[in-house]
Amino acid sequence: MTATWVDACDVNDVDPEDVRRFDHGGRTYAVYRTAEDEVFATDGLCTHEKTHLAGGLVMDGIIECPKHNGRFDFRTGKAMGAPACIDLKTYPAKVENGRILVSLD
Amino acid sequence: MSTRRDYSLVGLDGERAQRNGLAGAQWYACQAPRRTLKELMQRTDGPAIRDTLLWFGLLGLSRTLGCLTWGTWLAVPCFLVYGVLYGSASDSRWHECGHGTAFKTHWMNQAVYQIACFMILREPTVWRWSHARHHTDTLVVGRDPEINVQRPPSVFKLLVNFFALKSGAETIGKLFVHAVGRVTAEEVTFIPETEGWKIAIVARVYLAIFTGVIAWCIWAGSILPAMLIGLPTFYGAFLAVFFSLTQHAGLAEDVLDHRLNSRTVYMNPMFRFVYWNMNYHVEHHMFPLVPYHALPKLHEAIKADCPPPYRGCLEAYREVLPALARQIRDPNHFIRRPTPTATPT
Ligand code: FES
Repeated sequence: MTATWVDACDVNDVDPEDVRRFDHGGRTYAVYRTAEDEVFATDGLCTHEKTHLAGGLVMDGIIECPKHNGRFDFRTGKAMGAPACIDLKTYPAKVENGRILVSLD
Repeated sequence: MSTRRDYSLVGLDGERAQRNGLAGAQWYACQAPRRTLKELMQRTDGPAIRDTLLWFGLLGLSRTLGCLTWGTWLAVPCFLVYGVLYGSASDSRWHECGHGTAFKTHWMNQAVYQIACFMILREPTVWRWSHARHHTDTLVVGRDPEINVQRPPSVFKLLVNFFALKSGAETIGKLFVHAVGRVTAEEVTFIPETEGWKIAIVARVYLAIFTGVIAWCIWAGSILPAMLIGLPTFYGAFLAVFFSLTQHAGLAEDVLDHRLNSRTVYMNPMFRFVYWNMNYHVEHHMFPLVPYHALPKLHEAIKADCPPPYRGCLEAYREVLPALARQIRDPNHFIRRPTPTATPT
């Protein structure tokens, strides 16, 4: 089965080492751009108390939640310790023609 | 008509807060450009390493001078300084490192968090979760475990707590409960079950250390060992309590706007060193990802949308003390802070 890629935003809409919210199909996601210009995508809400991660801090492959500073590795979704205890769902992401595409299958 | 509220986390007010949508609700946040916030949130090790070396250095110096002068009146100022650094400065270190914002390097936050927790006698796992709840539901009655002045205020509890006698006694009692692998009914409401083993281990370690200190005192025939480890939590707590009363005391409960239930108070550089800029409390609650050393800049960025800050502790206490006195007679009384923009209801 081939993946369906959804257009999330222009790559320049996300600064290097930053995150942006992206809503699609009634759900919310977060797309990340690293300092090395790699892109990643995860669910948009923290697994602790459902805060939008897009308000958080991106640092060396980690997203820190803006509410209680819970930390996740956004490349793998791994929760890095209390109060972030449940892993984050990740989605494949890529850049094509200057757009960030996310596979939400 | 005045009504007595139920501050317990397993009582009627907690249930009411959940029913009324006050629990885990959306809070007001001042508008600030993402790039500004991102800049302010950046982590660096430098300021916290400097401050921590200074802190440990001063602790070591005052401890040494205290031991050398033990038995003379000169020991009093030495232990006063040692006590404040131990029992009060640990409050802000516990707090900032618990948020993981003081240092950029994760293990440094963790290490200083553990040390500061022991100094201020706050069990690290319990307080990590209680503080998360304090941020989710700040001053929401029946939800926030860290409301330090409940209405009507008890003058006795307030006064004894200047020497951590209430909070310290409660914690020591809980250490015995936690050490046998149990947690209280209130703690169950904010700590996941999976954290139980950590709580039990730390409680046993704390009790073992205190037992060791008592044995050392008996063996040495002197209270000096306890003056160095354990007792400074109590005799040095007063400055942390003095600061912490400025945070929320007398302000509105059950509002979803930190501008209404928290205070920003300007303080002198010495206080800010001890307190690690927690005096910018509105800013901290609104944007907890911003490290302590960037809070003054955050304050500048959002102050146009905040109530006027207090120009010092004196100004804050001129408001806090009469409000608490009035709350003794009228628990419904609280201080209304003016906000430049309307608060969402
Ligand atoms: S909501 Fe994200 S860490 Fe709590």
